[in-house]
Amino acid sequence: MSAAIDLESLTLDNGGHLLVRRALGTLRPGERLTVRGAHPELPLQLGAWARSRGHRVDHEAPAPTDGRPVTVLVKGAAEELRWSGARRAGRADRADPHADPRWGLAARGALVEEGGPALDVAWVDRDLVWADVAPTLYARAAASQWDPATAVDWAVPDALPTDIEDAVVQVMTYLVENEQAALMIPARMLANLHPHYREVMQLLASQVADEARHVEVFTRRALLHRERPGTSGAGGRASLQTLLGEPDFTLASFLLSVLGEGTFVDLLGFLHHHAPDPVTAGITRLAARDEARHVAFGVAHTAHVTRSDPAFLGRLRQAVERRHDALRDTAGLNQEVYDSLVLLAAGSWEPAAIRRGWDAVQELQRQMDDGRRRRLHAIGFPDDESAELSALHTRNFM
Amino acid sequence: MKTLLLGAVAYDPKTVTIWEGFRRWLRARDCDLDFVLYAHYERQAEDLLAGRIDVAWHSPLAWVRSRRLADADGTALTAVTMRDTDRDLTTAVVVRADSPLTSVTDLAGRTVAVGAVDSPQATLLPLSLLRSAGLEPDTDVKVLRHDTGVGLHGDHIGGERDAAIALRDGRADAACMTDSNLLLFRQEGTLPAAATRVLAHTDRYDHCVMAAGPSADPAALDHLTGLLLDMSYADAEARPLLDLEGLTRWLPGRTDRYDALEKAVDEAGFYDRRGGVSVRGYRP
Ligand SMILES: [Fe+2]
Ligand SMILES: [Fe+2]
Repeated sequence: MSAAIDLESLTLDNGGHLLVRRALGTLRPGERLTVRGAHPELPLQLGAWARSRGHRVDHEAPAPTDGRPVTVLVKGAAEELRWSGARRAGRADRADPHADPRWGLAARGALVEEGGPALDVAWVDRDLVWADVAPTLYARAAASQWDPATAVDWAVPDALPTDIEDAVVQVMTYLVENEQAALMIPARMLANLHPHYREVMQLLASQVADEARHVEVFTRRALLHRERPGTSGAGGRASLQTLLGEPDFTLASFLLSVLGEGTFVDLLGFLHHHAPDPVTAGITRLAARDEARHVAFGVAHTAHVTRSDPAFLGRLRQAVERRHDALRDTAGLNQEVYDSLVLLAAGSWEPAAIRRGWDAVQELQRQMDDGRRRRLHAIGFPDDESAELSALHTRNFM
Repeated sequence: MKTLLLGAVAYDPKTVTIWEGFRRWLRARDCDLDFVLYAHYERQAEDLLAGRIDVAWHSPLAWVRSRRLADADGTALTAVTMRDTDRDLTTAVVVRADSPLTSVTDLAGRTVAVGAVDSPQATLLPLSLLRSAGLEPDTDVKVLRHDTGVGLHGDHIGGERDAAIALRDGRADAACMTDSNLLLFRQEGTLPAAATRVLAHTDRYDHCVMAAGPSADPAALDHLTGLLLDMSYADAEARPLLDLEGLTRWLPGRTDRYDALEKAVDEAGFYDRRGGVSVRGYRP
């Protein structure tokens, strides 16, 4: 087969090569393309262009009859050879059970040229990172992003009583350090995840962005009336550190999202309910909404794993016990945080009020325990084991 | 199988990547290749004949010199392979589009920008084209040389780009460059669109060639040649190396397209008949 094109006044320095490439694309190696055009330098340009791409000019081809330059190109094999070993990066419409690191950063389903560096990531198996609800959760996350500057009315409200403000600042200080852990953990999971599992990657990325906003709004509330935040206890930080040290995707997701963030949803609800000012009420409500999504993925993903591998429940259990053992000799929750929660629920130092505050925090902890047991049950633990594991959860809440 | 020691000129840092890559690829196929890098082609041409290297990745001008040295020695040189991109180049003499010049002879009394003194494609061959039109360089035309990378036989693109810029900026009436660099300079905008036209061009000539000298073991050389000719662009390990070295496949070496350069070398008195460097002011 042979073909012919006319570039008219085009040359190869103003787009003519696109037409030549397109025409050659219809031919097989060894077949001929006759290129005509008006520009006298076209043969020179075609010679240079063809040579650099492995095509050949047939110099024995008959001379032009109409006075316009004619060049006959003989198609080379380079283009076909380049793509001869190419493979699709799975299918566009579904996540493959195994993601080949050689697909690299290619879009899911793209035709991947052979060669190039393999992606250095640990999580390349669908069932170790997946949850069927991930695409839905990502869509919901994308639709629920909020702007801290406008979603909260930051107009400085009347100052609270000094002790109440102190309690708010201390709780905010504690929240920020927890949010920072909650940001770093999905960021680490992300960095080790094959992007073939696009929906999980996107969801974790939105989770990181959520936590960034939480860090911002809690910091801003802490410093609304004060120059400095409150205290950071060693026990609380030790508790968070054990989360950062968990290398397994599912165990990290389980400890952080199912148990930690799950417990945090109740804490944020409590703070919203007892907030002494509208800013505190507003930011805890916004954060709690985001956290519910993080928890939903953690539960769905962990359940996905235990459904296909019931023995994994044993590893989850070990992870809880390991973390409990590691924290056995630490103080857990900062005493000042606990006291601040009581005072916020009490609203004043009146003994009767403190009694109510104390009872409210007790009730909060019962609620947290109920929630954890419910989620552990959803993952596949029997009731008695759920209760046992919930009781081993860190006193630091997260 | 005996080791083959190959020489190549380090005209760019990428030559390390290229030859390490080729070496790895060849050694995996039982071809024991080692390589040394030279700062310029003259020592490489001399060392090939002296047997200090077995094979040389040669510029066309280095081929001409090694051939002359071999003839003087009564030894033979083999052209092993060349890149597909080394075949059938042309050099264009380019003028500004609005220039009144219409033929090479119109260049009399004008300034012609060329590449480095030792560039076959951007200096020796186009100046020979001028001579065949009756114009003696430096007498009938003023030659504006751009000596970037002297000793690299024009492998460094800088000389040709500077020649193009001299033309564009009005410091020269014409500039000499290969067909591929002319296309490149226009595509990248060094030469603005439609601002230049080709006044004349040389006949087709061949460029680099891998040359084997008297010390190369024949069996090892056969093995190397066979492997290179079989190297496929479909091979994902080889393809990046081929891309970097600027070819899509190796072709057998051919040596019948260097006559124009032999003639240009004689006219310029660049090398003498026995392969000695005779041009003045050339200090690689
Ligand atoms: Fe958060
Ligand atoms: Fe979270």
